[in-house]
Amino acid sequence: MSNKLRIVHYLNQFFGQIGGEDKADIPLRKEDGAVGAGTALNNLLGEDAEIVNTIICGDTFFNENIEESKSKIKAMLQEIKPDLLVAGPAFNAGRYGVACGTAAEIAKTELGIDVVSGIYPENPGYEMFKQYAYFVETSDSAAGMRSALPDMAKIIKSYIQKDGELKSPAEEEYLPRGVRKNVFVEERGAARAVKMLLKKLEEKEFETEYPMPVFDRVEPAEAIRDMKKTKVALVTTGGIVPKGNPDHIESSSASKFGEYSLEGVMSLEQASYETAHGGYDPVCANMDSNRVLPVDIMRDLEKEGVIGELHNKFYTTVGNGTSVANSKIYAEEIAEKLNAAGVQAVILTST
Amino acid sequence: MVKEIEKAGLAVVHVATVVPISKTVGANRIVPAVAIPYPLGNPALSESEEKKLRRSIVEQAIFALETDIDKQKVFSGEKEEAF
Repeated sequence: MSNKLRIVHYLNQFFGQIGGEDKADIPLRKEDGAVGAGTALNNLLGEDAEIVNTIICGDTFFNENIEESKSKIKAMLQEIKPDLLVAGPAFNAGRYGVACGTAAEIAKTELGIDVVSGIYPENPGYEMFKQYAYFVETSDSAAGMRSALPDMAKIIKSYIQKDGELKSPAEEEYLPRGVRKNVFVEERGAARAVKMLLKKLEEKEFETEYPMPVFDRVEPAEAIRDMKKTKVALVTTGGIVPKGNPDHIESSSASKFGEYSLEGVMSLEQASYETAHGGYDPVCANMDSNRVLPVDIMRDLEKEGVIGELHNKFYTTVGNGTSVANSKIYAEEIAEKLNAAGVQAVILTST
Repeated sequence: MVKEIEKAGLAVVHVATVVPISKTVGANRIVPAVAIPYPLGNPALSESEEKKLRRSIVEQAIFALETDIDKQKVFSGEKEEAF
């Protein structure tokens, strides 16, 4: 019995030395020991760990037969019972990144096996699966193999040394997993915040404890040429709903949006509308929901011919704690519905 | 949300109380609102005064939708702040 850490390595057809794109449809297979890049990794790991098996699958096969691939990987891992799964590195190969991420998800969530991988941060596999693996940052192409492997070996060694309790992404040099961990610190939050602020004011370097997510940009849409002929819709993240919140939109981290008719509604009356939002004091919005969703004014403008018409449905969700990813999905669906209904302009209100 | 709607080709204006968030999120046409619990109102005003206030914000939003821009712009009434 050796007490080396037993590793299974996941590779695609290319890095598994089976072939290129023409072999991308090969199904999952299991090999003994290390293969290809795995051999180099094995050497870097020395006495501490050993790649006992390699799982190889074509990228196309994996992505087209995702359920089958998942269950096969799971069965193989259950049989081999490794201490750690290593996947890739996938660089910026999209399908490979998804395959490595999916393998990581299965290993971590279904079998409790930790995963080390390598990826280029803009590979969608990172965003999709970042919480399931310790991903080291690699370059966007396989030319970066020479530094990716030592980086991965370093994390694996640290993992062994610390008995699986890796420190923060910055300390261990892996990409953030978006996982928040409670820790005890000497100094209270207010003092830390003031110190940070002072550093900022002095234009010195400081390290935030809560990095803001990165937002992308969109080109401004063209202006409306003739408002008198334009159908305008109202959308809100302020949680305005018909009284009783019929679809049970959550007061925070909303899992859905609502679509409600404004047919014949001239103003949002207190008896019929309220807010489901749990992130602000609801008293004012409950008394008069026009304060969040200005239906009364829009009706006036419609009557006066300032706008063509008010779309007869409004869309609503609760912005409170709702993830960027979910908001994106809701808004995509809302936009599709608005486009289908011939809406040209949108007033979106946020609390 | 604003961005996804704009991506779909619709002109959109974000009436938002916390303008810095709206800017960070990437809204292009931004109209500042009154307060978080009542972005388009003010319970301290009389009903008719409040409605006037709300109308001025909605009119500002309509104006923003009618205005061509090439980058983010806050439409804050008398003085328009470009950045």
